[in-house]
This record gives sequence, C-alpha cells and structure tokens, in this order.
Amino acid sequence: MATETDALSRIRGWRKAGRYALLVTLAVIVLFPIYVMVVGSLKPGNKVLNDRLLPTNITFDAIRHAWQHGHLGRAMVNSAIVSAVITVAQLVTSILAAYAFVFLKFPGRSILFAVFLATLLVPLEATLTVNRRTMQSFGWLNSYKGLTVPFLATAFGIFMVRQVFLTIPKEMREAASMDGLGHIGFLREVAVPLSRPTLGALTLFAFLTSWNQYLWPVLVTTESRYNTVQTGLRALRFAALSEPNLLIAGTVIVALPIFVVLIAFQRQLVRGLTAGAVKG
Amino acid sequence: MTKRSARSRWRDSGLALLMLAPSGVILGMFVIYPLVKAVFLGRQRCSPTGKCPVTGGWQQYVDAFRSHEFQDALIVTIKYALITVPIGLVLGVGLAVLADKYLRGIGIFRTIFSSTVATSVAVASVMWFFLFNPNLGLLADWIGGVAKTPGLLQSPGTALWAVSASTIWANLGFTFIVVTAGLQSVPKDLYESAYVDGANGFTRFTNVTLPMISPVLLFATVVLTARAFESFGEIDLLTLGGPKAKTTTLTYLAFGKGLPTAADDGLRATVTVLLFFVLLILALLQFRGLEKRVHYGN
Repeated sequence: MATETDALSRIRGWRKAGRYALLVTLAVIVLFPIYVMVVGSLKPGNKVLNDRLLPTNITFDAIRHAWQHGHLGRAMVNSAIVSAVITVAQLVTSILAAYAFVFLKFPGRSILFAVFLATLLVPLEATLTVNRRTMQSFGWLNSYKGLTVPFLATAFGIFMVRQVFLTIPKEMREAASMDGLGHIGFLREVAVPLSRPTLGALTLFAFLTSWNQYLWPVLVTTESRYNTVQTGLRALRFAALSEPNLLIAGTVIVALPIFVVLIAFQRQLVRGLTAGAVKG
Repeated sequence: MTKRSARSRWRDSGLALLMLAPSGVILGMFVIYPLVKAVFLGRQRCSPTGKCPVTGGWQQYVDAFRSHEFQDALIVTIKYALITVPIGLVLGVGLAVLADKYLRGIGIFRTIFSSTVATSVAVASVMWFFLFNPNLGLLADWIGGVAKTPGLLQSPGTALWAVSASTIWANLGFTFIVVTAGLQSVPKDLYESAYVDGANGFTRFTNVTLPMISPVLLFATVVLTARAFESFGEIDLLTLGGPKAKTTTLTYLAFGKGLPTAADDGLRATVTVLLFFVLLILALLQFRGLEKRVHYGN
C-alpha cells in the first residue's frame, strides 16, 4: 500500500518536473527577442556583433544616443499627452452616454443605441481617408487636436460601461430618487463608484490603444515635433543611423514604460481584453 | 423642477440629449460621416492636393476590385490571415492550458506569456526587423542560406512568413490572456465528473475544455482575423510591402508608401470601402459558421 503511493507520488514528481521544464523552455522562447534587444542596446555600437547573447562591454551610450537622436523625450511627452487626453475623454463620454442609455427614458433609445453599437463594425481604416481630409480642412494636421479629437468617444467604451450599469438594480435608483438624489448625484455617488473595476479596465484599455496608435499619427503628422513614440520609432527605423544598435536602443526605450504599466495593472488589462469575450 | 412622480416619456429627454451629445458628435463626425462620405469619394479620382475633379462613377469600385493589384493584395491578406490566426490560436491555447495548473511560481510564467501584449506594433516589428537583419541578426547566422542572402524579409518566398512570425509573437500575449480567462471560467466539477467517467487528459481537453472555451476562441479568432486584415505597421516597418508586393496586404495597399493610393484620396477611399465590405462579409461568415459550434453554457 505504502509503496504504491510512493510510486504514484514519484510519477507525479516527474510529471511536475517535466511540466516545469516545458514551461521554462517556452518562456525562454517567448522572451528571446526581448532579451536579444536589451542585450544589444547595452553594447557599444562597434561591438554589437560580439557575444550577441551575452551582456559584455555594457554601456548606456546607445540608449543615450537613441534618446537624443530620435528626440524620444519629446515623443514620450507627446504620447503621454495624447493618450491622457483620449483616455480621460473616453471615460467621461462613455460614462455619460452609458448612463443615458441605462437610467434615462427617452424616445428612440434602443434605435440610437443600435446605431452607436453599429459603429463598432466600421474598421478604422475605412474612415481615415475622409478624417484626414476633415483634419486638413480644419487646419489640424500637425496638432494635438488632430491626434486626439477623432478618438474622444468610442462605442466600445460606451458598451462596456453600459454593461456594468445594467447590473445596478433599478431599485437603487428608485430609492435614491426617494431620498431626493437627482440623476447627476446618483451617477457620481452610486453608479460610478459601483463600476470602478470596469472603469479601471476601460482606462487601461483606452490608454494602451491610444499609446499604440500607428497609422493615424503617420497620416496626420509630418513634423517631427508631433511624433509620438510609435512614429518616433518609425522615424528612427528609416533614418540613416551612425551606429547599428541605435534602433535597438530606441525600441527598448519605447517599450519599457508600457511593460512597467502592464505589469502593474495586469488585472485591469485582463478584464479589458476579455470584456468582449465573456457574455454580459 | 418637475415632480418626480410624473412619469412622462419625454421627462428625461433633455438630460439624455446632453449626456449623449459628446459621444454622438464624435461618432457621427468621425465614424459615420467619414464612412458614408468615403463611399461617394470612392467614385472620384483626386489630385495630390486633395481636389477631386474626375468622377469614375460606381464602375470605379468594380475596376478596383478586378485590378490585379487588389486581387494580389486580397490573396496576400488571406494567406497572411491563414498563417497567423490558426498558428497563433494553437500556440495561445497550448500555453494557456500548460499554465492553467496550480504550480509554485506559475504567476511568473503567466506574466511572461502575457508580456508580448505590452509591445506595440512598432516595437514588435522593429525587434523582428533586427532579428531578421541579414548582417546583424542572429537568425541569419543560425539558419543560414536564404536568411543570409538576401534575408528572410527580402526573399519573395519567405517574406510573408517572416512578417507572420513577428505578428504571431506580438499577438501571443493577447491570445494567452483571453484563453486563460476562458479556462478559469470552466467549472471544476465538469473535469471531475469527466475524470470519474474515465476520460483521459486528451478526451477531457477535447470534450470538456474546448467546448467550454469556444466563446473565447470565437472572440480570439474574430479579433486576430480583423487584425490580420487591418495590419499596416508591421508591413510598413518590416518590408514596405515588398519584395515584389509579396507582403502588400489590403490595408497596406490603401495606405502604403509610394503606392498609387498615396497621392489619390479617391482611389484610397475605393480600396478602404472595399476593405470594409470584405471585413463585413468575413465577420458574418465567422459568426454564422462558428456560432453554431459555440457553446454558451447556461
């Protein structure tokens, strides 16, 4: 009896070890490109081909040069401004619209909601040509307005907040109304605080999406002082560089802040990414 | 203030209008209007200055669709989706199933497998541009042959596969996170009863896990396919659509450097409206084909 359980636990032990070995191997494969970049960015330009997998001759020269050459400081500030404006605006517009769709009664509510939702079917690319022309006619090319205004509201955000507002019992609204709390009061003191996890997820999702925008900034900016980190990296990619690893160093600089943000806010990210997958 | 008990259909309308106006204006001006406008702009030919004096009529859509540039781009895009979506899904599900066990330190592995979600298209593409570089990159030395001269991104036979490798890697974090969330929502007692019924690991996976996570798989499939059809950054940074247009996808055909669409908003609108319809048909097909097999639980 005892030997039998011993054998069983030994098999379990081997299985566990096998699983760990597999996990470690796969983790190494997934991390490999990132590791190569980080090591490459820490080498002097003329040594980038020596010991490519080992961090020898460590220097921050490439990182410093890439930062200066690519004007990445400026790009970082631009990306932060653009993403912050878009994120805050999307939160506000989504909360307001979702509240109207859930707690207010008005004629044509369901039709209007269907129209809002239908905009999710429109791929960004189908709107960009005309939007660029609109920006041009407003004189908003090469401006923060051009980079932000078209994204201040999204059907995705409205839908996400609506789904969580729907879970708030109608009786709570009625009770609050008995206590003389108006809609704005109920929104601020009950609906928003109750929806905090979803709003956190939306915040992170909106921030990431705008931080990672690529095609739109390429279309509406031509001056390097309006480069975001993404278009700044693009400029570095197409520039004739004196040292081969400036581009690598630039990539590491651009990637770093988002890695930190995502590790800090993993839970919100999971909620944001799965919002569309799990039935509401 | 009106009396609260007066339940009129119109009572809340003023407030509703105020609350909906900001979203309504933005969605109207920058999603609905440009789509409708693009449909009509797609009949015109425009000069680089933005004036659109020539009207080709609706025929312009037919001509554009039949042009070999569009047909080639459509085929490249379909190939690209057929490479990146299934491989990406299999890898994502594999990693998620492997990491869905109570093991010491599993959190670290989950963080690592999710990590590629932190790389933007630009970051991921530049990384792989460097890895594939025939002179600097490691892969050239390891693989040799075509990876050395002219390089995996420069050879017509391998370029799309190389771009796909970058895309699959970059999407892995997203797929892993979504599938992991799906796995965690599978009730544990289902596994237990399958175990009692004598199902082995593989049967439990095909008969319990897969059906239970099918909504999540449908979601991931739809998102990954849309991403493949809308990919621009990776093409722009890795290959510029080349060599010999072997990596010119539909979105790149509309917005890429040095293409006829770059100087002609009319032609660009034609291509993007066609892309819109291709995506619409695709979404309908995916939902009709897959919805039947998707199990939405109780």
